[in-house]
Amino acid sequence: MGDWSFLVVAVVITALAFDFTNGFHDTANAMATSIATGALPPRIAVLISGALNLVGAFLSTEVAKTISGGIVDDSLVTPAMIFAGLVGAIVWNLVTWVFGLPSSSSHALFGGLIGAVWVGAGVKGVHFSVVTEKILIPALASPLIAGVVAVTSTYLAYVITRRGRRDEVGRGFRAGQIASASLVSLAHGTNDAQKTMGVITLTLISAGVLSHGSGPPWWVVTMAGLAIALGTYIGGWRIIRTMGKGLADIESPQGFAAETSATTVILASSHLGFALSTTQVCSGAILGAGIGRRLAEVRWSVAGRMVLAWVFTLPAAAAVGGLAAAVAEQGTAGIVVVLVAAIAIATGIYAVSRRDPVHAANVNDQPTAAVMSQATTAA
Amino acid sequence: MNVKWSALGEVAVVAFAVGVAIVVIFAVGVLAWSVRPAADTGRDRDGTLATVAAGLCFLACALIVCYGIYLVVPQFH
Repeated sequence: MGDWSFLVVAVVITALAFDFTNGFHDTANAMATSIATGALPPRIAVLISGALNLVGAFLSTEVAKTISGGIVDDSLVTPAMIFAGLVGAIVWNLVTWVFGLPSSSSHALFGGLIGAVWVGAGVKGVHFSVVTEKILIPALASPLIAGVVAVTSTYLAYVITRRGRRDEVGRGFRAGQIASASLVSLAHGTNDAQKTMGVITLTLISAGVLSHGSGPPWWVVTMAGLAIALGTYIGGWRIIRTMGKGLADIESPQGFAAETSATTVILASSHLGFALSTTQVCSGAILGAGIGRRLAEVRWSVAGRMVLAWVFTLPAAAAVGGLAAAVAEQGTAGIVVVLVAAIAIATGIYAVSRRDPVHAANVNDQPTAAVMSQATTAA
Repeated sequence: MNVKWSALGEVAVVAFAVGVAIVVIFAVGVLAWSVRPAADTGRDRDGTLATVAAGLCFLACALIVCYGIYLVVPQFH
């Protein structure tokens, strides 16, 4: 039997920290349009989403059996590389959060691992064909599919209800939004919490704390579920504002159409075995819902910045992960250095965010150009 | 490289059909519900009809949501 080395503890803590950032980065996916249209009060929305993420974490039994799904050669991966990869993913998640950009947490995790393995084990450890298959193609396809479904359903929703009484129609769609948003949250919990459980479990196995082939112990399931639920509840208000108010003007029929489109695409893809990014599906659906209502304003500059963040997520997380791996591979002192640096960066980003705090009370205000440029100069 | 194009196509077709269908059914339900106050003007039977139509639409949506929950929760499989 192996033991709880300092490294193993560091991996478990960073994995839970990543899970937390995963949660607050993705609250927006489920709840942004419900908050924007007033279907749910902000505080209630994040509470429902957090609770359903926790439920989802316990419901799903299918824990990831490989750390990366074959994107890197798992036999070459050491705990130090996992640690470095997680640090890369956390840093990138925080950077995109402070700019309020919805980017994929899974891409950040994969990017961090790719960078760490590339530096730690050489370029042969990275399977680029799998990167194309599991990241590149889905990244192009997911917003497109969700967008087309959302454009069509939004257009039809407005045509069908044109003769209805406006107030009653709005109320009806807001009620529908509560159900569709809840389903997105549940699906998120069953998917994303599993990644962290998988990472922690596989690290414990490689360190000899758990025997080969064992599933995640109850405390891993509980802590991963709590971390993602807490992150969701804290709520990435900046990203919620971008997705709810920044991308397009969203009325309740559009919100319902966007969430329903996103839910069906997510469920269809996970059921039919094609992995799509939740964040990109939801963003695509919101853009589609914006286009589907005639004369609705779609802010393409915000959408452009978001797409730019998508393109940079993998390489940027890989760069940070690679740098962290180079230091962390030096032994315990290296790991301490990376840990301290990561905490310093996180604190710095948090300090920047305090200059222009976004919270439940002002989440529905229109993001102003001045704020965006201020954030740019601050970073 | 082994891109599952057929799976991707399947996702696109299924998601389009189901997503659009739910929104259309729900929109019809909302429309029916919103014209229901026509009952106040004495056209009582129209009001009942609208309420029943709305109820059926929402029931259909609820059933689809239940199937969605069934898909999400692995214990049900």
